[in-house]
Amino acid sequence: MQFEFDEEQLALQDSVRRFLTERYDFETRRECLAKPFGSNDEIWQAFAEQGFLSIGLPEAHGGIGGATELMLTMEEIGRALVLEPYFATVALCAPLIAALGTDSQQADLLPRVAAGSLKLALAHGEAEARYASTVHTEARRVGDCWVLRGAKATVLDGAVADLLLVSAKSDKGLAVFVVEPNAPGVRLARYRTQDGRSAADVFFDDVKLSANQLLGAGDATSAVERAVERGVAALCAEAVGAMEATNATTIEYTKSRKQFGQPIGRFQALQHRMADMFVQATQARSMSILAAGRCAAQGDADLRRRDVSAAKCYVGKAARFIGQQAVQLHGGMGMADELAVSHYFKRLTLIDMTFGDSSHHLAAVSDAILAESRVQGDE
Amino acid sequence: MDLEYTAAEKSFRDDVRQFITRNLPRDVSAKVLGHKRLTREDIIGWHRILHTRGWSGPTWPKEFGGPGWTAVEQHIFDEECTAAGAPPVIAFGVRMVAPVIMKYGSAAQQQYYLPRILSGEHWWCQGYSEPGSGSDLASLKTTAVRRGDTYVVNGQKTWNTLGHFADWMFCLARTSTEGRSQEGISFLLMNMKSKGISVRPIALIDGEHEVNEVWLDDVEVPVAQRVGDENKGWTYAKYLLTHERVNIARLGESKRELKSLKSIAARVPNNGRPLIEDSRFRDAIAAVEIEIRALEYTVLGVLSAEAAGRDPGAISSALKISGSEIQQTLSELKMRALGPRALPHVPEALDFGWQGEPSGAEWWAALCGRYFNMRKTSIYSGSNEIQRNIISHRLLGL
Repeated sequence: MQFEFDEEQLALQDSVRRFLTERYDFETRRECLAKPFGSNDEIWQAFAEQGFLSIGLPEAHGGIGGATELMLTMEEIGRALVLEPYFATVALCAPLIAALGTDSQQADLLPRVAAGSLKLALAHGEAEARYASTVHTEARRVGDCWVLRGAKATVLDGAVADLLLVSAKSDKGLAVFVVEPNAPGVRLARYRTQDGRSAADVFFDDVKLSANQLLGAGDATSAVERAVERGVAALCAEAVGAMEATNATTIEYTKSRKQFGQPIGRFQALQHRMADMFVQATQARSMSILAAGRCAAQGDADLRRRDVSAAKCYVGKAARFIGQQAVQLHGGMGMADELAVSHYFKRLTLIDMTFGDSSHHLAAVSDAILAESRVQGDE
Repeated sequence: MDLEYTAAEKSFRDDVRQFITRNLPRDVSAKVLGHKRLTREDIIGWHRILHTRGWSGPTWPKEFGGPGWTAVEQHIFDEECTAAGAPPVIAFGVRMVAPVIMKYGSAAQQQYYLPRILSGEHWWCQGYSEPGSGSDLASLKTTAVRRGDTYVVNGQKTWNTLGHFADWMFCLARTSTEGRSQEGISFLLMNMKSKGISVRPIALIDGEHEVNEVWLDDVEVPVAQRVGDENKGWTYAKYLLTHERVNIARLGESKRELKSLKSIAARVPNNGRPLIEDSRFRDAIAAVEIEIRALEYTVLGVLSAEAAGRDPGAISSALKISGSEIQQTLSELKMRALGPRALPHVPEALDFGWQGEPSGAEWWAALCGRYFNMRKTSIYSGSNEIQRNIISHRLLGL
């Protein structure tokens, strides 16, 4: 057992951090916020040139690195509050294509992801389900083709995606289709999210799909479940970067802000709060490493689910606590749009609210405890 | 990065488990798991059994007679011993004074004391806190006045754990009043049978005898029993605390107690159904399980960093805070699981083998007292407020 990252991995993280510090500082990000859906093609192209969009892709399609590299990169995405659809495209959808797609589908789609010419979004969650994974959207087979009907809610990065990966129940179990947002019968209600990013509600009104729009063959239930788990692990890593940055900016602020004739960081009540924020961010990183490690390994599925939920629960709670306390310690300035802290707070809040909040994942661990107790009772 | 144990680590775990299964006395493990009273012989007996295998100093290097285990192996050993209900390592000797003697003691001190710690011949206790010096330990007032080759020590120590079992005590005493208060302290080793030492029990919140006052009245301590230099004792005392870094998290114990909490929740009836079926109670178990997971992987990260030769620094303060809060939550949930059965005070049921009324008390009588007792964990070894001061000063630069 060892938790150390190798030199190449640390060098990669360092290069992402340096790139974002130089090219995506807080003022640049503010300019991006003013653009439609916060998206900046120049930055996305630069990501492609730097190789950031190839992280975690299969080697056969130009990929570099794996789960650890993706985790370290997501920490930097979080630290810099990147608005681009990196999470949906690289962390969520590309690995699902790699898991499900035929060779020719992979060869068609994945190099375009790496080149920066294809942004993706996963249209899976539905309004009725809240955080559950129940899918009502349906695909009927008509001859060689499919007809898709239903609706997806809060598709992250859906407003800027070139293609959507849409889950639907079918005669062969869960299926995933590659759908163009402007295809006949598809309607998107695009909107900004509270953290300055974008999403869409997507409606499918008897959308005709050709056979090759189906990703792979056979039931995709477990592949989608695993894709969502990888997404959860990636969000945990993003939150870790954002929490570390939030803590750092809060410490700096309390060192410079003076009241009662001294820096407010000298007050023990504030110091202890920041110590607690530090402890939670430290342990959140351990949980993020655990989640990434479990998702990468071919181990026991129950243990993987339980640890991924444990990680998201811990990280979600820590994200809420750190965000709230950072705003509190900034006083009035914590409420202002001007400083980064309010932006971190909003992103951390939304990470908790994505793919199951801390209560949802607490319930998942709690249910696993009950199941375990029943098995032991039967023995 | 690899979260899985290696084949060698797994096989090491099997060896440890097998040794424990074959050698840990059943009555002793039943006492530990049921939070019954342990005798001195229960604890020292297990220490001697470990010594026959060369494992009584699990954290020691080979040079001093230890097994020379890696940090991960030490962690596995602790997990296995704790899970099986082995009595705790006698920390004051093995984990606390021994590293100080190894690092700062004379060759003669090393040759005399270390083998006797390993064999169990010497049980050690700690003379740090005083009635007026708790968190502000450096303000301590116990004096050691030098007369020729002897110090004459006077003062009062308190919160001395299991001193009534101990043969030796390591003690901080003031040898100078010049300069900062930290600069006039010496680190002395004293035989508990020395003339002038009296040990008086302190009645604790749960009614048990665990800690003592130790009165020092013209106690003569040979200068040869001072570790390192005169007036440098504070440095050695701080070194001792850094050696408690990972152990302070009490991870193995909390994993064991989580398992025990779940089995209690499965056993306690709640209006005719097992309590564990009540999602409101079970969610509290899930919440502490998640906290334990976060602590576990943080501890493993610290072990890994140490193995890679990096000093994880003041992170032990974070482990202390989380670890102690978890211990308290677990003891609280075990008590609350009992419902009204937490109320009866049946101290005789803490003796192993007791049977009587109220019926069942042999398994639940200890739990409420243990809840009261575990409030100590956020107070001892540097209160959690002191740990937050350390984090904010040393890690956050505030």
